[in-house]
Amino acid sequence: MTGPAAGRRGPSRSSIATGILLLPAGLWYVLLLVAPLLIVVLFSFGEKARNGGYEPAFVVDNYGQVLARPDPFLDSLRLATIGTILTMLIALPLAYFLATRVGGRKSLLVLLLVIPFWTSFLIRTYSWLIILGPRGAAGFIGDAIGDPAFRILGTEIGVLIGMTYGYLPLMIFPLYVTLERMDRSLVEASKDLGAGRWASFRQITLPIILPGLITGSILVFIPMMGEYVIPAILGYGRTFLIGNALVLDFLEARHWPAGAAKAVGLIALMLISISAYLWFLNRGRRTREVSVL
Amino acid sequence: MSAPAIPAVSPRLAGGRARARGERFGGIVEAAFRAHAVLVYGFLYLPIVVVIVFAFNANSLATIWTGFSTEWFGAALENRVVQKAIENSLIVAFFNAILATTFGTMAALGLQRVPPRLRLAFDAMTYVSIIVPEIVIALSTLIFLATAFDVVNPALAGLQGDGADAFQLGRGHATIIAAHVLFNTSLVLLLVRARLSSMDRTQVEASYDLFATPWRTFRQITFPQLLPAIVAGFLLAFTFSFDDYVITSFLAGPGSSTLPLYVFGQVKRGVSPETNAVAAMIFAFTIGTLLIGQFLLARNARRTGARGSEASVAGMITETR
Repeated sequence: MTGPAAGRRGPSRSSIATGILLLPAGLWYVLLLVAPLLIVVLFSFGEKARNGGYEPAFVVDNYGQVLARPDPFLDSLRLATIGTILTMLIALPLAYFLATRVGGRKSLLVLLLVIPFWTSFLIRTYSWLIILGPRGAAGFIGDAIGDPAFRILGTEIGVLIGMTYGYLPLMIFPLYVTLERMDRSLVEASKDLGAGRWASFRQITLPIILPGLITGSILVFIPMMGEYVIPAILGYGRTFLIGNALVLDFLEARHWPAGAAKAVGLIALMLISISAYLWFLNRGRRTREVSVL
Repeated sequence: MSAPAIPAVSPRLAGGRARARGERFGGIVEAAFRAHAVLVYGFLYLPIVVVIVFAFNANSLATIWTGFSTEWFGAALENRVVQKAIENSLIVAFFNAILATTFGTMAALGLQRVPPRLRLAFDAMTYVSIIVPEIVIALSTLIFLATAFDVVNPALAGLQGDGADAFQLGRGHATIIAAHVLFNTSLVLLLVRARLSSMDRTQVEASYDLFATPWRTFRQITFPQLLPAIVAGFLLAFTFSFDDYVITSFLAGPGSSTLPLYVFGQVKRGVSPETNAVAAMIFAFTIGTLLIGQFLLARNARRTGARGSEASVAGMITETR
């Protein structure tokens, strides 16, 4: 779209104005996004300097290490996948309920969803230490099943609860928006044509909300893959995910090249899994393009 | 939405029919939906309620309730480390929000009239900055800045001559702010651009037809219409920065520890009621900012006659992607 100013004020003055408008954000993108990401790729082929950091070299050893010890990657992939499915199962009925059944209190209920999402992630996470701890849920369940050593914290279950909890709103919002904009008369039409609840959900509602479902899954999956705070707090560091490995490499061992290779590995694994997911969803569908964002 | 509408069924009739069907087939299904919603809201609020309740616990062991007390709030506020962390958090969050809101709004305006190729490149960087995991942004910024400082600092030292007190670049408030601004500029850009694309262009055109200058048109027509998105963006940027742990932990230097860094350090040693008191104050502060933003937008909406998502921060957040 060409603004009216472009036509009236002559191209030179207007393009200078546009340039000034784009300058700060563009500078930030080049200096603090593109350059750092390129440096990560460069460093991933380097060697560790004697007292930590980076020493120029060209070795693929760091990637060899990633492949030799893939556990953090596989654990992250597994937990992020399970976590994404869990958020989907919880969010879908709620978003459907909010979009179709609530009526006048809708904006209040949406505000009530935004509030927890808005407040400190770290604090909401550590609160589960109290809730799931030996004096909380774990103790309660332990008593019930007669196993006083039963624990949730420090296990993958604890980490999964934290992840599902932390990222649930990111799944609910896009689903709610697509369901809200859905033309409900289509569902009515399918019912009038004799479709049952499930059939009309599968054949009408699901294809329409698919874009929301995809946006939600990606918004949830990505931070789960790179999660550090939740395994560090609720997993006591025993659940060792990519995020924990990266913090170890950069902030403690100061082995930058090894960490850089892991970061590249994380991005690669993310792109591969998201592409596979989109390919899987697009398979069997005729022409509809599925966009990521 | 590409779905063709079927006009034969009026919304009212459709609603009525859905209810009738609901009563016949799905009373249990409806009740299950309702129960599920109650449970999810409970799930979302449980940790918030627990932290606030235990902040008022008299016992010094955070998980055993013995009685009501407000002593931990006083203790937290008198704690020098907490005071310094609050100060650092406010400095970082404020400058980040100002810069990100300015840069994001400027970019959104500038992008309205650029060649498609440049816009595509800009969009790509905007989305990359949002979808790259936070920890990767954190570590890449760290090694980039540390490397850049290693190059610049000897030169700076050379310029300033001898002396241990020569000015050197290092990690601190500025590095944290720089990294936060990247992510938040993209957020503001998306919010403002969504608002721009839904904006009524006729007023802008009318303003030009009446020979208003571009600046005057912006000030009197465009800016007031963009204000809700700008306010929402500012608040989002402020709270993001105020709450951030990962990026801050990589880029903080000595003396620039923020509240989340303090809380994380405390939690690693076991939750104390004092930490809960700090947490409860953070909750009050961030929820307060959200509600103030919500109030401002609702008032603005009443004045300008806007409705729907533009009237609330919540609506803007849920509808921007």
